[in-house]
Amino acid sequence: MSALLYLIPIAVLLGLAGLVAFLWALRSGQFDDLDGAASRILFDDEPPDRRSE
Amino acid sequence: MAFETVRGLGLEAYYRRRVLDPAVRPMRPDAEPPRIDLASYTSTAPDGTSSLTLAVDGLHCAACVWLIESVLARETGVVAARVNMSTRRLRLAWRTGEADPQSLVRRVTDLGYRLTPFDAAAVDDAATRREQGLLRAMAVAGFAAANVMLLSVSVWAGHVQDMGPATRDLMHWISAVIALPAIAYAGQPFFRPALAALSAGRVNMDVPISLAVILAAGMSVLQTATSQPDAYFDSAVTLLFFLLVGRYLDARARGRARNVAANLLALQARAVSVVGADGRVQVVAPAAVRPGMTVLVAPGQRVPVDGRVSAGESDLDTAPITGEAVPDAVRPGASVFAGTVNLSGALRVSVEAAGEDTVLAEIARLMETAEQGRARHVALADRVARLYAPVVHGLALITFAAWLLVLDAAWQQALLYAIAVLIITCPCALALAIPAVQVVAAGRLLRNGILAKSETALERLATVDTVVFDKTGTLTEGDLELVRDGGCSPEDLALAAGLAAASRHPLARALVRAHGDARPADGVEEVAGCGLVCGGVRLGSATWCGAGPSEAADGPELWLARPHRAAVRFLFRDTPRRDAERVIDDLGRCGMRVELLSGDRPVAVGALAGRLGIAHWRGGCTPAEKAARLDELAAAGRRVLMVGDGINDTPALAHAQVSMSPATAAEIAQNAADLVFQGDRLAPVAEALGVARRANRLVLQNLALALTYNVVMIPLAMAGFVTPLFAAAAMSTSSLLVVANALRLGWPRLAAGAAIR
Repeated sequence: MSALLYLIPIAVLLGLAGLVAFLWALRSGQFDDLDGAASRILFDDEPPDRRSE
Repeated sequence: MAFETVRGLGLEAYYRRRVLDPAVRPMRPDAEPPRIDLASYTSTAPDGTSSLTLAVDGLHCAACVWLIESVLARETGVVAARVNMSTRRLRLAWRTGEADPQSLVRRVTDLGYRLTPFDAAAVDDAATRREQGLLRAMAVAGFAAANVMLLSVSVWAGHVQDMGPATRDLMHWISAVIALPAIAYAGQPFFRPALAALSAGRVNMDVPISLAVILAAGMSVLQTATSQPDAYFDSAVTLLFFLLVGRYLDARARGRARNVAANLLALQARAVSVVGADGRVQVVAPAAVRPGMTVLVAPGQRVPVDGRVSAGESDLDTAPITGEAVPDAVRPGASVFAGTVNLSGALRVSVEAAGEDTVLAEIARLMETAEQGRARHVALADRVARLYAPVVHGLALITFAAWLLVLDAAWQQALLYAIAVLIITCPCALALAIPAVQVVAAGRLLRNGILAKSETALERLATVDTVVFDKTGTLTEGDLELVRDGGCSPEDLALAAGLAAASRHPLARALVRAHGDARPADGVEEVAGCGLVCGGVRLGSATWCGAGPSEAADGPELWLARPHRAAVRFLFRDTPRRDAERVIDDLGRCGMRVELLSGDRPVAVGALAGRLGIAHWRGGCTPAEKAARLDELAAAGRRVLMVGDGINDTPALAHAQVSMSPATAAEIAQNAADLVFQGDRLAPVAEALGVARRANRLVLQNLALALTYNVVMIPLAMAGFVTPLFAAAAMSTSSLLVVANALRLGWPRLAAGAAIR
């Protein structure tokens, strides 16, 4: 049963890490444009030669 | 011009990326985009950059986002240009002084998008923050619920496997440490309104919710402190989590509605060209326009005010206001309305109403009021809960009092029985009975291309007995089609299409579409309100082409006149959706009253009604008349489903018990509708009705199940035969039962075309 002494804190900390990650994502605006983000990944990067024009 | 701009920038990739949707109106740059005063909307940051938020009109797919961002990123001085596809807004930032916002905006308007500046302060409003707060509360409650549940499961297992009291108490204390702060934080969206209501001497739904959560948590702390075998932190936190999910979804749906409404209002806020007393033209803000002034409206521009034409002749695209597919020819003396688009000639309009007094503003207002009214519709779950909560708390209290005072039990014992009653009656089954069915139903609809925007939409849809359709764009596909009755030869068509290629009149465009590859003729002139002329050849209205009176057509027509030859007639019609007739037949057969309400000319409406077999129809309706007709039906006790797509349908959509609109509809109409369906068929209307009715039956079954369970278990619990652990097990079983029943809706029994039962 002594395994519980560190397993439970680990489980709770992992859960907290997930929560913090979510709150951070929320704060940094990652949920602001769900429709756009879904298609944005399909855009190609600019070809480098054109960018230098 | 848009094409050249795009190609000139080496952005042809746009055409590869573009998702071609034939229903989407082609991009149409304003011939002369009005200059807007951007300075008052621009905010300057201390790091030397300025930023501006603009609403983008005409955004259709991700390629549009890419195009706008790429075009702007190429301009010097631009720091950031990002389009938010969900809110249809562009955020533009540039180094102050290095770029001219006016010319940046011009780059985008040249592509055919309409940009209108936005007050940045208004974008980040209280409601948005409230929505974010709910999401944060939901995340915290979800985290706590998952972890506390893990601990609870081990405690439950420990009851069977001889977990020592010390370990069990440790588990309970850890649960308390996780649950109590989570409840204190995530419960606030319920505690605050509850407190506010109580201090005002009222009771609202948040009161019993807060009471249940706080009571369960408090009891649990007491149980844990006295080393009792059961604690209910899990029930308290899970309940809170589920309730927050519902609240958040509700808030988000309303947030979207607000966004679209705000964008629409920005659309009106465009600069207006006013002719002064000395004849000079002056560009002023819309708010500065007063009745009695004279306003210039160039071809391609949206009419900014309501008024009367004082000079000039043109065709107006009135579809946004009236839903009529054919443009109106206007001449001096004719009334024009804000929001319509001037197609062919320059107009001088003497202003009768501006800003908040225009018909367009009135429509937006009508929608807003009706939306507020609709929010008063109380979901079945809430109505049940309203009765349920006091009864449950009353029973628990009676149990406690009876055991303590009448049966002389120890107070711990009495409390335990009271808790068992609370647990048994924990509204989990009840809270799940309805949402579970709704989630399964929404998933089923989504697979069929139907999006249910409002949670209570299905509930309201289930009891519908009258379906009211709009005509243009709803029953019909919205595009005019040439009737090939053999009246014109291929050469006639080729010649006419050549002329028509020079115009953006909808009839001319239909002619070009009908021909396929029209070669534009040279030297075509457009005569406003009459037609097109090229040399001796004329294409236009019957009188202008010198054609004699012919039998009345039930659709719009164009005539082609050449010297020394009889004029040829082209007839057009608005084609109904392919399965319109069958769907309307289906609806009629299962006892629905079907009505057609349209803003189009009565002749055209009557013809379509006859063709589709609709007995009740009315043409020439204004938006307010449509809404009034729906109120009339409601007053007669009918439950109405309104299906419409135009801005003019918006008040009616909001006034109906429940409403649907196709995905091709005007944004504000989609926004007002409870359900949005995709595709060019009408079958989703019947499908949605069928699913709603079945979902309603399942909800009632589930409620009956939950009620039966309670009726059997509550007396047992009150009599003290039920331990809290057994109560928790029984509660879970009942929850599983209702979820399983809800899943039946997903079974493929409703084959396509099955009658709406």
